[in-house]
Amino acid sequence: MASKVIQALYNDDDVLMHAVKKVRAEHHHIEEVYTPFPVHGLDKAMGLADTRIAITSFLYGCLGLTVAVVMMNFIMIEDWPQDIGGKPSFSYLENMPAFVPIMFELTVFFAAHLMVITFYLRSRMWPFKKAENPDKRTTDDHFLMEIGLHDNENELAELLWETGAVEVKVTEKES
Amino acid sequence: MYTFSNKLRLGSFIAMGLGFIFLVIGFMSAPSTVEEAKAMVAVHDDGHGGGHAEAATESHGDQGHGAEASHGEEHDSSHDEHLLSQLKNRPWSALYVAAFFFFMISLGVLAFYAIQRAAQAGWSPLLFRVMEGITAYLVPGGIIVFVILLLSAMHMNHLFVWMDSEVVAHDELLQGKAGYLNPTFFLIRAAIFLGGWIFYRQYSRKLSLAQDESDDNTNFVKNFRWSAGFLVFYLVTESMMSWDWIMSVDPHWFSTLFGWYVFASMFVSGITVIAMVTVYLKSKGYLEDVNNSHIHDLAKFMFGISIFWTYLWFAQFMLIWYANIPEEVTYYVARFQDYKLPFFGMLVLNFVFPLLVLMNSDYKRINWFVIMTGIVVLFGHYLDIFNMIMPATVGDQWFIGLPEIGGILFFGGLFVYWVFTALTKAPLQPKRNPFIEESRHFHY
Repeated sequence: MASKVIQALYNDDDVLMHAVKKVRAEHHHIEEVYTPFPVHGLDKAMGLADTRIAITSFLYGCLGLTVAVVMMNFIMIEDWPQDIGGKPSFSYLENMPAFVPIMFELTVFFAAHLMVITFYLRSRMWPFKKAENPDKRTTDDHFLMEIGLHDNENELAELLWETGAVEVKVTEKES
Repeated sequence: MYTFSNKLRLGSFIAMGLGFIFLVIGFMSAPSTVEEAKAMVAVHDDGHGGGHAEAATESHGDQGHGAEASHGEEHDSSHDEHLLSQLKNRPWSALYVAAFFFFMISLGVLAFYAIQRAAQAGWSPLLFRVMEGITAYLVPGGIIVFVILLLSAMHMNHLFVWMDSEVVAHDELLQGKAGYLNPTFFLIRAAIFLGGWIFYRQYSRKLSLAQDESDDNTNFVKNFRWSAGFLVFYLVTESMMSWDWIMSVDPHWFSTLFGWYVFASMFVSGITVIAMVTVYLKSKGYLEDVNNSHIHDLAKFMFGISIFWTYLWFAQFMLIWYANIPEEVTYYVARFQDYKLPFFGMLVLNFVFPLLVLMNSDYKRINWFVIMTGIVVLFGHYLDIFNMIMPATVGDQWFIGLPEIGGILFFGGLFVYWVFTALTKAPLQPKRNPFIEESRHFHY
């Protein structure tokens, strides 16, 4: 279903931040903001919920740690018991210090890679995906704010011009 | 201006008084003859899990090594004398560990402060007066540590076996090290280290106060230069200090990253104390401009440096443990056998606890969380110093009893008294630091 949206372009991140605050103060729902670089504090100004990627990162780290423990236990203790550092105890716990670097590295490896993959998927980015940004200038030096329309086109356009937009246009959006 | 609250002042005096009494009792109850020492151990053995004889041979490894080998047959009597010297060392070690611990906090804060100055950090100038207050303890704390070292050199105690010419005469390794490890040069080095640190502290404080009254930034720039210079001096002297004052209690053993390891310990303790004093002052209505982003940053440092400490601790341990060279690995064997609880407890307190508690970024902004973690971390790093000194000086005769608690109370009380007195001497917020506006609006 196609929906009507209004798009306002800005050429300064400070102006954009003020515009976002003002639009939100007027109780309009901002659907998305496209920026050429991360704007500090924009997520808070837009009222986006806090990211939960840290939680996933912790869980992935735990997974990596578990994989390391299970793997080293199998390789070095069960499958082919080894005398590590002249201390032939053949117990995982007593040889644990030797495995700490591996446990650490796999924890970091799992946390980092799976977190990046999660981030891409959650942001709905995958190979051969068609770019979503409605205006190429947002990859260069312009900022674009997109607001859903509910028969309040003129009122919103006026508000957006007031906030210092350099361009305001209404388009249909596939979704 | 901050006024020292009467309650806190009284608390610090009570701590000092109690600590002093405990320490005196500790010194009085140390045995003076072999018979007394044996009697004490016989009484203690029940609670201590027995097994003294075998454990003691292990912990001998380092100290009386040379002496022991030549004594062969007289092993029994030399063993008893060794026990006597361990028991005599205990109150001295307790005194030294606590004195060094609180001194180390202010030295760690000094390093942190110099880094902030040299980096021209924008977030921290609001906390400079707090840091300067804590580093004020460097003067009395440093002098006390120096006096203890001086008394050791005068053979009032046996903390440093290499100071005993009898021991050196029977020990080829120590003879080889005598060019560096001799009491005179040792004291000269200590004086140079302390002199340099105290000079920088006093001069930087002077420039910091002068900056408030001046109408240009010359004092600030000068402070920046001195801080950068100090950091170079500090990195070298801190490392040598850790060899001299701590590593040399085990004179046969050495570790090349020991200086860094001690540095990590003092750095995290120092930052923790900055955070705790800041939170305390804020709770009393001072430091209005310090917001929870500042606390968050300090807690991030606590978290990060705790992990850094663990990294160094583990790097040192793993190489020595798996290289398995007899004279090196005894260091850890002694700790595994006689110091299980403090040794592994310290890892929990210094690593596992801050890791889990401070991982969440929201928790880093909750004041009571920071204070609670701070107390645990400080206790953990006291144990760290304890584990560095005690195995060499008292062996398996360790216990956290009156002298140890007395040392903590006495120096803790003195520390609080001195730091908070220094805080009353100047306004808590610098007026003319060029970065003060940035610090005030610091927001993350």
